[in-house]
Amino acid sequence: MDITSDTHSQHISRQFNQELEELKTHLMAMGGLVEKQVQDAVYALLEGDSRLAEKVRDNDRQVNDLQLQIDDECTRVLARRQPAASDLRLVLAVIRATSDLERIGDEASKIARNALLLSENNGTIRGLVEVRHISEHVRKMLRDALTSFARFDTELAMQVVREDESVDDEYGSAMRSLMTFMMEDSRSISSVLSIMWVLRALERVGDHANNLAEYVVYLVKGLDIRHSDPDTLDQKVLKKP
Amino acid sequence: MLASPMSAQASQAPVTAFVPEQCCLSIQQFNLAYAGKMALRNLTLDVPRHRVTAFIGPSGCGKSTLLRAINRLHDLNETVTHGGHIQLEGQDIHSSQMNVTELRRRVGMVFQTPNPFPMSIYENVAFGLRLQRRLPKRKRDDIIEWALTSAALWDEVKDRLHRSAWQLSGGQQQRLVIARTLAVQPDVLLLDEPASALDPISTLKIEELIRNLKSQLTLVLVTHNMQQAARVSDYTAFLQHGELVEYGPTDQVFTNPQLQRTENYITGRMT
Repeated sequence: MDITSDTHSQHISRQFNQELEELKTHLMAMGGLVEKQVQDAVYALLEGDSRLAEKVRDNDRQVNDLQLQIDDECTRVLARRQPAASDLRLVLAVIRATSDLERIGDEASKIARNALLLSENNGTIRGLVEVRHISEHVRKMLRDALTSFARFDTELAMQVVREDESVDDEYGSAMRSLMTFMMEDSRSISSVLSIMWVLRALERVGDHANNLAEYVVYLVKGLDIRHSDPDTLDQKVLKKP
Repeated sequence: MLASPMSAQASQAPVTAFVPEQCCLSIQQFNLAYAGKMALRNLTLDVPRHRVTAFIGPSGCGKSTLLRAINRLHDLNETVTHGGHIQLEGQDIHSSQMNVTELRRRVGMVFQTPNPFPMSIYENVAFGLRLQRRLPKRKRDDIIEWALTSAALWDEVKDRLHRSAWQLSGGQQQRLVIARTLAVQPDVLLLDEPASALDPISTLKIEELIRNLKSQLTLVLVTHNMQQAARVSDYTAFLQHGELVEYGPTDQVFTNPQLQRTENYITGRMT
């Protein structure tokens, strides 16, 4: 039985409704902050804006604090309400999602650190095209994953899951190009290595967005699709032939 | 997967989302009415052997009525009429071959309030045995020790077996009642809200006892406490307005129920 975004506001206990609503609201706030962190980190790198990169690095503490706060709220709901069925799945999904969002925050910090390193580099930086391209892709994945969480939209969540594979392909191909740059010009090794770390971080953001989308499927349908065969996923989740 | 026969006349077909294991009690299209007022409608479910099956549902949904029907406790109530079948190990409990006394030996029952008899702890446990057959004292003593041990009470009462059962605490009295039932070696134990009058520690002892007993017999538990059903049962049946709504493995019913009505009840939503 699928649930909708209204499902958690129909309890006899209004306070319980409110507690669950707050979990969702706070998770979305954390998602918004993390999304902005990734966006700013990539912008700082592409535009050489070291001040923005420092801001991203400093803001990571806010992300961590939100994770602690939301986890604490989840613990309280578990201890005091002993939720079942879709309520339990919501709490579990939120706990898992905060962990992934916090990791995305860490990846944004890594990108910002590398942006700071690269801002000291006076030569041409190779690989920025790849960074721009992959960052747009994973940012869309992250946005869609968060939207699917807010709307309990499993179709959108499944799109995110499907996208992850193409990000992995793009990452592999970008890494091959960067290796070529390093072989062609040994003076670029240091900056290209930084770009490689950035790409690696972006690829991980894609993986975490994929995890978020999987939690949406678990939350709405009660299906745990982690570690499932990608070829049978659509049939399993959307009941498509 | 739908594994059990569906009740044809139910307003909405119940969901039975599992393949029953070896069946101990089979309830087939069972109806029951008090003075013409339907209390159970077309119930069909199989209770697996050596498992704990919980019946949950709001007050007046018929779960206690069903439990009592399994023990034929309605026999003396002339206003009660029933249809359909309840089979215990393949034998219809309402058939003329079924002796009610023997049925109640095979299907023991424990109620919400502990009801020890006004006699000693020893005599309470020996009571059913004495009714059943004459036994040499040593043999009877062995059975009483075994029953009290199975009910996790022996260590607490072994030094005061001949004191009044009423001196025991509520939780101990309830375990004594369970021991009294176990002494006659039933196949099934029906528990009607067995811990609702007990404190949390006594409740946990009863729940632990229920889990331990399932290796010896089949248990059916009626409870209003959903966390209790989730903690101790292997299968859960949700009843509403005298109908079976959903019946499945407890893990599934409490994490991903198949029907909105079940979801609403176990998560405390307005219906």
